[in-house]
Amino acid sequence: MSAASESYYDRRGVLSALGRDGLIQIILILNTAVMLAPIVIMVFAAFKTNAQIFQSPFSIPDFSNVTNIVKIWTETNFLRYLLNSVIVTTSAIVIILALGTMAAYGIARYRFWGASFVLMFFLAGLTLPLKLAIIPLFILMRDLGILNTQLSLILIYVAMGLPTTVFIMTGFIRTLPNELEDAARMDGASEPRIMWSIMLPLVRPALVISCIQNVVPIWNDFFFPLIFIQKDNLKTLPQGLTTFMGEYTTDWGVLFAGLLLSSAPVIIVYIIMSRQFINGMTAGAVK
Amino acid sequence: MARRLWISALIVPPLAFVALFVVYPIASAFAYAFFQWHGLARGEFVGFANFYKVLFTQPYMEWTVNAFLHNVLVFFALMVLQNGVGFLLAYCLWRELPGAAFHRISVFLPVVLSTIIVGFLWKLFLHPLFGVVNISLRGVGLGSLAQPWLGQDSTALWALIAANAWHMVGFPTLVFLAGMQRIPGEILDAVRMETESEWVKISKIVWPLVAPSATVVFTLLFVGSFNWFELPYVMAGLDGSPHGATDVLGLYFYRTAFGNQSGAAQDFGAGSALAVLIFLFIAIVAGFITFRLRAREIQI
Repeated sequence: MSAASESYYDRRGVLSALGRDGLIQIILILNTAVMLAPIVIMVFAAFKTNAQIFQSPFSIPDFSNVTNIVKIWTETNFLRYLLNSVIVTTSAIVIILALGTMAAYGIARYRFWGASFVLMFFLAGLTLPLKLAIIPLFILMRDLGILNTQLSLILIYVAMGLPTTVFIMTGFIRTLPNELEDAARMDGASEPRIMWSIMLPLVRPALVISCIQNVVPIWNDFFFPLIFIQKDNLKTLPQGLTTFMGEYTTDWGVLFAGLLLSSAPVIIVYIIMSRQFINGMTAGAVK
Repeated sequence: MARRLWISALIVPPLAFVALFVVYPIASAFAYAFFQWHGLARGEFVGFANFYKVLFTQPYMEWTVNAFLHNVLVFFALMVLQNGVGFLLAYCLWRELPGAAFHRISVFLPVVLSTIIVGFLWKLFLHPLFGVVNISLRGVGLGSLAQPWLGQDSTALWALIAANAWHMVGFPTLVFLAGMQRIPGEILDAVRMETESEWVKISKIVWPLVAPSATVVFTLLFVGSFNWFELPYVMAGLDGSPHGATDVLGLYFYRTAFGNQSGAAQDFGAGSALAVLIFLFIAIVAGFITFRLRAREIQI
C-alpha cells in the first residue's frame, strides 16, 4: 500500500516537474522571440526596397543587395558621426579609469584624515541625475568657451562616470592583500612604484567591469550632445542618427540600414563579450 | 610629508573634477531657480516666484500636472511590465534548463542598444500603414485591431511604455537572476522537502531572499521613470504628441528651459524651478523607497 502511494507521488512529481519545465521553456522561447524578432526584422529590412518591406516584412532578403547601406555610407555623414563617437567615448573612458583608479587607490590603501568624507563626496554623485543640472552645465560650458566642442562632452561624461567607478574600484582595491605591498615597502620601493608595478596589475578585472559599465551609456548617450553640440561635423552617432532619420523619412530601406549600421558595433561586441557586458552593466546593482 | 603629497596627488584631481562638474552644477541649479533670467543672462533675485509660476499659474500648472501624472503612470506600468516580467523571466532562467545561456544573452541584447535606435525602430514598427505591427495584425485577420498606435491619445503613451519595456526588461531580469543565484542551496533543499508548490516557494522563499535586488531595481526604475526623456523625444517629439498625451516631465523641462522649434521662448528661471522640484521629488521618494525596502531585506 505504502509502496504504491509512494510511486504514485513519485510519478506525479516527475510529471509535474516535466510540465513545469515545459512551461518555463515555452515562456523563455516566446520571450526570446519577442526580444530578437525586432532586431532580425531590422537586419532584413536594411537589405530591402520599400515595396518589399511593406509587402513581406518577415521574408529573408537578398543580402547581396547593399544599395541602402551604400547610400548611408556615401550620402550621409555616418562615418564622421561614428568617428566622433569613437573619439569622445575613448577619451572619456581613459580619463575615467585613470582618475577613478587614482581616487579609489588613495581612499582604499591609505588611512588619512577625511578619507570617508572623500568617499561620501564621490558617492553623492551616484544617485544624482546630472541631467537635471543641465542649465548650470550649459552655462558652465559656455563660460569655459567649450560649447560645440568634443571636450564639453568628454568632461561631462567623465563627471558622470567617476562616481560609480570610484565606488566599484574602491570596493575592489580594498580586498587586495597587504603582504605584497608591505614586502615592497620593506625593500624600499616608493609609493608610486608600489602602486604602478605591484597593485595596478591586480586591479585589471575591476578595470574591465568599470570600462564596460561606462562605455555603454557614454556610447549611447543622446542628451548631452543634443544640448552641447550644434555643428554637424561634431555630432555623435545617436545624435547624427536623428539627423539622417529626418532626411530619409520616405525611404524605409535606408532608415533601417541606418539603424542597422548604428547598432551593429554594439551588437557585435556584445555577442563576443556578453558575459563581461552583463557583469559590467549590472555591477552597480548587484552586490 | 612626501606621503601626504602623494595622497593629495591621487585624490585631488578626481575630487576637483567631481566638484566642478557635478557638485557645483547641482548646487547652482538650486540657486538659479530663485532668479529671473533674460535669455542666458541672470537677472534679479525673485525668491519663490519661479516655483509659484510653474506650480500655481496657468498654463504652466496644467502642463506640470499633466506631465507629472504621465510619469506616475509610466512608473507603475513599467513596474509590472519591466520589473514584474523581469522577475518572472529571472525565475525561469534560474532553472538552468537547456538553452538558458542563450535566452539570457538574448533578453539582455536590447539593453545595450541606444535609446535612440530603439525609439526609431519602434516608431517605424508602429507606423499606422507600413509598420510591421499593423501589417502582422492584418496578416492574421485581426485587422480591426490595427490602429495608429502613436497617433491617438488613448494608445500613444502605452506604445512608448511597451517599447521601453522591450528595451530594458533584460536589466531587472539579470539583477534578479544574480540575486536568486546567491540563495544558498541548503535553504532550497529544505524548502523542497516541505512543499512542491511553486507559489509557496516563490512567495515565501525566493521573493523575500531577493529583496536586495528588488530594492535596487525598484529605485533605479523610479529614478529612470521620472527622468524619462530620450524615448518620448524620439518617438513622440518635444511636444509630447498627440496633444500632450505623451508629455512627461523630462520633455516639459527641456521645452521650458531651452524652448522648442515652434518658437516658445527659453526660460531658464522656470526651467530651473522645474529641475529643482523634479530633483527634490526624486531624491525624497527614492530615499524613502530605499529606506523602506532595505528594512525588509534579510541577511542570510
